[in-house]
Amino acid sequence: MILRPATLSLILIALLTAGLGLYAGYYAVKIHENWDTSCGSEQQLALERRTYLISTIMSFVITLELISLFLFIYTADNLHNQFAGAMCAAGSLAVNPYGYPALLLKVINFLLGGVWLILNRADNKGYDYPLIRTKAAFLTVMVPLLVQESITVILYFIGIKTDVITSCCGSLFSSAANSFTGDLAALPHRPMQILFFLSMAITLLSGIFFYTRKRSGYLFSISSAVTFLISIISIISFISLYIYELPSHHCPFCLLQKEYDYIGYTLYICLFGGAVAGIATGVLMPYRQIGSLKRIIPETQRRLALAAVIFYLIFSLVTAWKILASTLKLG
Amino acid sequence: MIELVGVTKTFNSGRPHQFTALNSVTLVVRPEEITVFKGPSGSGKTSLLTMIGCMARPTSGRIFLKGVAAALPFQEEGVEAVEITSLPERFLTAIRRSTFGFIFQQFNLINGISVLENVMLPAYTTGEGVAHVKARALSLLEQFSIGRHAAQRVELLSGGELQRVAIARALINNPAIIIADEPTAHLDSKLSEEFMAIVAQLKSEGRSVLIASHDPLVFDSPLIDSLVEMRDGEVVSSRSFR
Amino acid sequence: MKRSIERHLNILDFALSSLKRRRAKNFSLLAIYLLVIFLPASLLFFVSALKREAAIILSDAPDLVVQRLIAGRQDLVPKIYAEVIAGISGVSEVRPRLWGYYFDSWNGANYTIMTSDDRSLKQGKASVGSGVARSRKMKVGSMFPLRAEAKAPLILEVESIFSSRSDLMASDMIVITPEDFQQLFNFPAGQVTDLAVTAGNARELPTIAAKIVSLYPDSRPILKSEMQRTYQAIFDWRSGMVMLILAATMLSFIIFAWDKATGLSAEERREIGILKSIGWETSDVLLLKFWEGAVISLTAFLVGVILAYFHVFFFSAPLFAQALKGWSVLYPRFQLVPVLDAYQLVVLFLFTVVPYTTAIIVPCWRAATTDPDTAMRS
Repeated sequence: MILRPATLSLILIALLTAGLGLYAGYYAVKIHENWDTSCGSEQQLALERRTYLISTIMSFVITLELISLFLFIYTADNLHNQFAGAMCAAGSLAVNPYGYPALLLKVINFLLGGVWLILNRADNKGYDYPLIRTKAAFLTVMVPLLVQESITVILYFIGIKTDVITSCCGSLFSSAANSFTGDLAALPHRPMQILFFLSMAITLLSGIFFYTRKRSGYLFSISSAVTFLISIISIISFISLYIYELPSHHCPFCLLQKEYDYIGYTLYICLFGGAVAGIATGVLMPYRQIGSLKRIIPETQRRLALAAVIFYLIFSLVTAWKILASTLKLG
Repeated sequence: MIELVGVTKTFNSGRPHQFTALNSVTLVVRPEEITVFKGPSGSGKTSLLTMIGCMARPTSGRIFLKGVAAALPFQEEGVEAVEITSLPERFLTAIRRSTFGFIFQQFNLINGISVLENVMLPAYTTGEGVAHVKARALSLLEQFSIGRHAAQRVELLSGGELQRVAIARALINNPAIIIADEPTAHLDSKLSEEFMAIVAQLKSEGRSVLIASHDPLVFDSPLIDSLVEMRDGEVVSSRSFR
Repeated sequence: MKRSIERHLNILDFALSSLKRRRAKNFSLLAIYLLVIFLPASLLFFVSALKREAAIILSDAPDLVVQRLIAGRQDLVPKIYAEVIAGISGVSEVRPRLWGYYFDSWNGANYTIMTSDDRSLKQGKASVGSGVARSRKMKVGSMFPLRAEAKAPLILEVESIFSSRSDLMASDMIVITPEDFQQLFNFPAGQVTDLAVTAGNARELPTIAAKIVSLYPDSRPILKSEMQRTYQAIFDWRSGMVMLILAATMLSFIIFAWDKATGLSAEERREIGILKSIGWETSDVLLLKFWEGAVISLTAFLVGVILAYFHVFFFSAPLFAQALKGWSVLYPRFQLVPVLDAYQLVVLFLFTVVPYTTAIIVPCWRAATTDPDTAMRS
């Protein structure tokens, strides 16, 4: 196990997140079962008071999740020189079977958490807790995932052995590799580029259309989720090649290093931000007509759509710039 | 207008020391009038006023607010009366802040801060600009002749001055209804008369005033419009002088 | 948006005045919080700076050092190994090194004795580190004896003293000529302590190392990258251990903070009751408590970090010095180069402010959700 302060604090965060999540989740279940606004009994009043606690705890936990996602990747990157064969976070994460699952869970919880925070804000603006049941149900799904993530992160850090030879991203993300990551890297360039720009165009256009005409919200939301996935695959498939100016370097983590001006952070922050905003727009759609939210949700959705469009636009522009300015020319 | 239908408030229900503060109270309070609630302590006056003033919710029964202007941000178009009993705390507080002004028996001012700050406190959370609130607060203090105490700490004021600060604070959000709980308990006769004069002035500004008191100076005053007598959580009699 | 900002500012204003009104309680909390941040911050700064120094020093180390092992213990390397190894393809230079340790029974210190091929150093003269000079009270021109193997002591004259800027490396060093070295230790001719190997292409080093071992099975080649990794691991491990110990103090602080947050005085309860009765919502009171906590946390963090910075970089960490001095008699006087890393600050923040915030969430919520009625009647 690597005992440096950074890993200790990530383990601490994982423990706190799981503990607080379980605490909030327990009360979320209670609320989901017993909530009844029409009754003024003491139990109902107690539940209403609890909603403030859950709201505060979850906002805190999700903020921690956001920070720790980036800290986790940065730490994995920093650890790479402890392992023979690792040149970046890709190698550090491959050191034991918990590394990549931990990352995946963190990404999922980032997206879920972001959407929950947006739901929470909308609910708070509506004076009569219109979305309380939805939020509680959402939590019953999210809390087990949070706990799972914490366990995986802790197992990853505890199980790190430095005398293991791990793979370099060059072999993990090589087109010749017989793995999932290898398959992603091996996807043919031209079709991938077309797919990427097409999905991005649909998202941006439907977003602008939604912003101005308030129609096709579902299309926009689904499109932004799909674009998120396609963009990540595209980064591995061809975008990284242009940034590294090497036709065989597909790694999505080396982008985060100093020698590439930390461009990875810009790209990923825009991508994640756009995904959360876009998905949240869709999640809010079914509640547009509920009484106290009638005036609130449409406005919130417009702002979210605008945010998503801006994020994705920045992503596209930076990508396009890197492709055009690169010395690499792909066939 | 405020309408109460079958309002009951029970504390510790189901447990040995169950206590019923109000027992099925049905009542109408007319707007722009001075209504006094008379009765011994324990008769439920305070509980009734806290519920009318959106500070607590009844265990059963309904309370309606009708014709209360501009104070209800959620009001659906075309609905006349707002039922406040089923509203959650957030909503109640919003209504309370904009519709009601409270004057407590113990004044309930915060020690350690200035008179001005005490008066401005209820408006802190509405998001209104500090300059506006401050101007309004200062003019209220002037109106009650305590403008010169604005920067002083409240611990240094006399009973009568504290009373006026409490009134000024109750008025900072320009409420339509003022609720006062035993306002003359700590005042001598002269100050009590002055208080009733202020109440009359508030009524002339178009506000409703609800007072709970067992002070004869209040419930025998010629200025009041209605008198509700309570005992053991029930309304014994209700008289109107108009 | 503007309304939201106004609301935050108003509540922040009230939060500050609330904190001032309970000066004694908040001051004690702040003082301990500050200490709890100061200690790990000092540690992180200290270790980061040392790591940096070590990295710089190690970057000058030879690409590969060849030692010889007999029965698992380090032995002397025959000079002939150097000529053979120089013939391996990829090796650009092999430098035999003569150096060792000398135990001075007079003051119980260990000196590192190094040799220099520099022609300017004459026989009978030595360059000494400032730690050595201080402990033996030497100046330039002083004469001092070293007990040699062959009964008669070796008398050396101090030609120069290394400046204290190189203290981390050279504090305990004495540099003499190879001939004096031979005489001091009765070193066998034709043998050296180890070999410093430089390669033209760093990527070939593992191959070269493998070739050396196959040529001489009793040799142990050590790569510079391995040394760097080992040092990093040691620093990590040591600072991690200290962090774990500090975590115990952190825990006591958390309990203390939780206790303070739960134990609201009657006056505080009354104030919250009043606020709620005049129209503050639960979320407004929660925001008030949040701002109170934020002001305390940020103040403690900033002041704690600044104090730690001064402690480590201006005063060379005298608190840690006491703990470390026990290991060595010749503790170097050094001035560490300031290293300020946003990453370390985030880690520190997560280690200190986050547990504090966790501890006070539930007490603050309880305070914020009290019924105005009960709060005021009490």
